[in-house]
Amino acid sequence: MPPALAADAVTFAYGRTPVLDCVHLAVAPGEFVALAGPNGSGKSTLVRLLLGLLAPATGTVSVLGMPPGALRQRWRVGYVPQRPAMVDLLPATVEEVVMAGRIARRGWWRRPDAGDRASVAAALDTVALGDLAKRRLAELSGGQQQRALIAKALAPGPDLLILDEPVAGVDADSQRRFRDALVALARERDAAVLLVSHEFGAVADDLDRLVVLRAGKVAFDGPPAELTATGVSLGVHAHDLPLWLEGLR
Amino acid sequence: MNLPLPWPFDRDYMQLALIAGLVVGVTAPLIGTFLVQRRLSLMGDGVGHVAFAGVSAGLLAGVWPVWTALVAAVAGAVAIEWLRARGRATGDLALALFFYSGIAGGVVLTGLAGSLDAGTLTYLFGSILTVTRADAATIAVLGVAILAAITVAWRALFSLVVDEEAARVAGLPVGGLNLALAALTAVTVVAGMRIVGVLLVAALMVLPVGAAQRLATSFRGTLVAASTVGAVSAVLGLAAARQWGLAPGGTIVLVAAGLFVVASVLPRAGGLRAVQARQASH
Repeated sequence: MPPALAADAVTFAYGRTPVLDCVHLAVAPGEFVALAGPNGSGKSTLVRLLLGLLAPATGTVSVLGMPPGALRQRWRVGYVPQRPAMVDLLPATVEEVVMAGRIARRGWWRRPDAGDRASVAAALDTVALGDLAKRRLAELSGGQQQRALIAKALAPGPDLLILDEPVAGVDADSQRRFRDALVALARERDAAVLLVSHEFGAVADDLDRLVVLRAGKVAFDGPPAELTATGVSLGVHAHDLPLWLEGLR
Repeated sequence: MNLPLPWPFDRDYMQLALIAGLVVGVTAPLIGTFLVQRRLSLMGDGVGHVAFAGVSAGLLAGVWPVWTALVAAVAGAVAIEWLRARGRATGDLALALFFYSGIAGGVVLTGLAGSLDAGTLTYLFGSILTVTRADAATIAVLGVAILAAITVAWRALFSLVVDEEAARVAGLPVGGLNLALAALTAVTVVAGMRIVGVLLVAALMVLPVGAAQRLATSFRGTLVAASTVGAVSAVLGLAAARQWGLAPGGTIVLVAAGLFVVASVLPRAGGLRAVQARQASH
């Protein structure tokens, strides 16, 4: 079975500024992988390459077994960006926002049907927001808003979910709900999950692999236990990991 | 046409004005809802100024100015979107470029045509009471086209409002939808040109939306409320203009501004819950 997500010897630069240097990454179906690294290490650029929003200078990227641009069923890739600033002012209900996640699957010109509504309800239940479906998104706390955006990505039933720092500033209860949703997606639906984050406290015990980028190169790729055995705490990652990376020099 | 309507719409010219005003009052806020959410509130203004250059070109060429305005407005709106989407200019800088070039081009072309007169002013500030049957029919056709487009595409346009990058990843035709919204903005500007004028038409795209955002809790509700506020502004504005002999275009916009102010002082829909949620999260 091909990996759900793969970067093979990927190199990328913004102009003459190199960002990624011969990066290899693979995530298998059902695997829960985290991507970490200090600011400027190339995490966000790698995510944009994997999503097909950028093209590598050299090397290849594949999503669900094919180049990102060749994938017709794009709804099979779920994407949770950092919380858009727009959501605080958006005059929309939680249900409307999550329903927007279904639009690529059913066709943008079609009206939602019973199947769409059932999928939205299930996605909201997964992140424990079913009771707040009719609430205006702006009424929710930051953590609840982030869970709503995760539900939006879950609604089409993706085979691959990429999350870009989704738990920054999120309360503990929301982090726990968030962890439950990701674990269920990977273990029960055999979907691949790539989580980019600075905080792994809530999911550290559930990760299959941790990949650490430093200065555009993969500095570590293995089970989190190998890293924590060296004394690095993933729960306070923001403080420990840079120190650990310094030790690699 | 003389329908048995009560005062102030008992006269033929007021009934034509009512039709045109209602069409623009309903459709302009529909387009405006998407522009406001995407921080492009001044897009209608920029396109309106380009439309004025089109009007002037029509006067110079001896062509019905509505057609030349439509061509210029669509071309201008598409160009603004092209510049914004490719990062050649920020949204406000792209708007400023067309804002000033449009009005300057219009002044130059009007000067060449020797037609800087009351006829030109009807396009700048509107002249709803002189709307002819042909004008009303044209506005109605443009209005139906806008309604049909929004009925089909509002969910996709809403996805772009929520997160354009996520919509692109999901495979939505983001570029095409953005261009369609730009073109619809241009059509709306031209439809509203004879009602409130190119200098004020953007107000009907923005002010009713500002009021609706305070009143509605859902996006669909915001679309409906914005259209309702726009329609009410048109009706009340026309009535006030007839009662007190005021300029109808400006009066319609002032009514919309008044409704916006009233909505702003009312408690926001769901506002208390929003405050409680924020307090709970900190």
